[in-house]
Amino acid sequence: MKIVVGQGSCGIAAGAAKVYDGLNNNLDKSKATLTFSGCVGMCYLEPIVDIYDDDKMTRLVRVSENDVDNICKFAQTKDYSLIENITISKDDEEFLTKQTRIALRKCGIINPEEIDDYIQSDGYTAIEKVLTTMSPEDVIETIKTSGLAGRGGAGFPTWFKWNAARQSQGDEKYLICNADEGDPGAFMDRAVIESDPHNLIEGMIIGAYAIGAKHAVVYVRAEYPLAIKRLQKAIDQATEKGFLGKNICGTEFSCDMKIKAGAGAFVCGEETALIESLEGQRGMPRLKPPFPAQSGYWNKPSNINNVETFANVTWIINNGGEAFAAMGTENSKGTKVFALTGKIKRGGLVEIPMGKTLRDVIYDIGGGIRDNKEFKAVQLGGPSGGCIPAELIDTVIDYKSLGATGAIMGSGGMVVMDESTCMVSMAKFFLDFTAKESCGKCVHCRIGTKRMLEILERITTGKGQENDIELLEELCFAIKDGALCGLGQTAPNPVLTTIKYFRNEYEAHINDKKCPACECAEMLTYSIDKELCKGCTLCAINCPVKAINGSVKTAHEINSEICIKCGKCKEVCKFSAVKLS
Amino acid sequence: MSSKNGIDLSLIQDMVEEYKDIKGSLITILQKTQEVYDYLPEEAIKYISEKTSIPCSEIMGVATFYTQFRFQPVGKYMVMLCQGTACHVNGSKKIMKTINEYLGISDGETTEDGLFSLKCVACLGCCSLSPVMMINDKTYGSLTPEKTREILRQLKEEN
Repeated sequence: MKIVVGQGSCGIAAGAAKVYDGLNNNLDKSKATLTFSGCVGMCYLEPIVDIYDDDKMTRLVRVSENDVDNICKFAQTKDYSLIENITISKDDEEFLTKQTRIALRKCGIINPEEIDDYIQSDGYTAIEKVLTTMSPEDVIETIKTSGLAGRGGAGFPTWFKWNAARQSQGDEKYLICNADEGDPGAFMDRAVIESDPHNLIEGMIIGAYAIGAKHAVVYVRAEYPLAIKRLQKAIDQATEKGFLGKNICGTEFSCDMKIKAGAGAFVCGEETALIESLEGQRGMPRLKPPFPAQSGYWNKPSNINNVETFANVTWIINNGGEAFAAMGTENSKGTKVFALTGKIKRGGLVEIPMGKTLRDVIYDIGGGIRDNKEFKAVQLGGPSGGCIPAELIDTVIDYKSLGATGAIMGSGGMVVMDESTCMVSMAKFFLDFTAKESCGKCVHCRIGTKRMLEILERITTGKGQENDIELLEELCFAIKDGALCGLGQTAPNPVLTTIKYFRNEYEAHINDKKCPACECAEMLTYSIDKELCKGCTLCAINCPVKAINGSVKTAHEINSEICIKCGKCKEVCKFSAVKLS
Repeated sequence: MSSKNGIDLSLIQDMVEEYKDIKGSLITILQKTQEVYDYLPEEAIKYISEKTSIPCSEIMGVATFYTQFRFQPVGKYMVMLCQGTACHVNGSKKIMKTINEYLGISDGETTEDGLFSLKCVACLGCCSLSPVMMINDKTYGSLTPEKTREILRQLKEEN
């Protein structure tokens, strides 16, 4: 018997490390071996423990320290009734069975810190095939056939970038992996690195061979300490086994790999800013052209791809470009990984073939909206993307269809919102982010986002002015046209899409000084429902400004003149008697 | 090699020697310096400037660009509150208010007893557990105001 505890960052945060330690101390090791894996992507069920016995796998979910005893007893007796209450339900199993996994195919299954686990699951066979039977041009041709496009957000054809870097003159070339996953609400890349780092490494070596690079660099954001630790371990193991370094797989090809930890700047996800940062400078974008393929890292030809892009490469080499291209739509091939979060029942990592609809992901896989609330919108692509409203839920997931809504495919953040989310506040949230993260190099982005944020601030605090929507739109188009890099050019998207689909909410804020979602604190009025109030006095005791009057066992009242709208009364009320309007 | 403010520069001496001639290493040097002191002391920046021949102004230019770097000592517990989209949608504002009230500090401040510092950070990537905060590399998820107060209270009690 083998017991595997899922230990990705979120698993650990949910308590997986305690479960692992408990099992490690109490499990009879003659009955079962204990090991761990990364993250299988069913984040809402963490901590997850998989038990393999003969050919049968039993998945235990939401495991706590208190379950350790029973799992240990189960290892002795194989009595399934002991673990019945924590065994995954049929419904929850569908979260995975309805997916098609390529980039994530080994995540949560193998031990990310053991190279032998990876090798035993056909790992490092693609690189051997490439180095012994394919020319760099063959590799590029295979990637071209597959139709693989950059998964970082822009969706640029991968083969084209590889080919451009290959064609560039120069002995010294660099292959760079962009793992600066800065989009708030996205964690696909973290999961891939934490759960299957060798797949990334192998994909990168293949890329390096294709463009003719001898040096590879992974730029990982500093907020991912576990990913950095596991990737470094994997690089060391791969080097030791001869998959990295001099004469890889006994061939003439050599390539080394190192990690550079980012230091916290969203703009470094832009490729030229990332290069500046790699060189130890402020991460400010360069003017293009020259493109990195001609002059990148240390002014040498460089190719930059995202983690998920590389994670598809080994599968494509092993299964052929045609097999990958067989999935998806005419303009978007293969699969895409999404980080499904927000007000969703089942949140986690979802990998589906292009061509599925948003409904498939949100309802079929994600199980719909939490707490029986109404689905309102889904945000794709983070600060560069947009909000797609409920009426467009049947939109097909491919680059073209999503682009047509005003949103973008993006790197894969998919945040679901319900009726209680204010769309103006959402737009302000993203503008606040981009304004803070703007590097300041170009005027349109630096000052434009600031001005937009100011307008959104006043709209959400009840001080909106008559022409604010038009002014916002004017600024949006000016920034789109005038900004130097992708951060600025896409920064207006969250505002433009919310104006497009939720103009009435903007108007309610500006004209009626009302927030329809009851989120913008300054515009709310608190009151107590006399029917529901039991007169427990808890709200009155907790009110910091003594705005609540009433005696014991009689309905209380809020004096709106004194009320500072802090929400304390609503928070403490046990009878849900405090209402917002 | 202790400076007048009690900064022991010998702690970073070997590291700076190792990296000073590798081009493009400034950010790495600053990260490793912060690992030692928990922030970037002025003396350390001057020392790095001297050794690498990079002007202090340029080092500060780089250091202030990135959110990771701090220029003041921080508390024993660094509370990093996630400001990601999922956390925003799931109520990180309330958690922020709870921490503000319970500890009496705002973003970027440290409590008088030097125990807690609060910093709002970009997405920590644990979106399914939102709202989330990280205290000294340990992640706490599915926060409610009550749970947040309990976590902070326990840490307080440990001291």
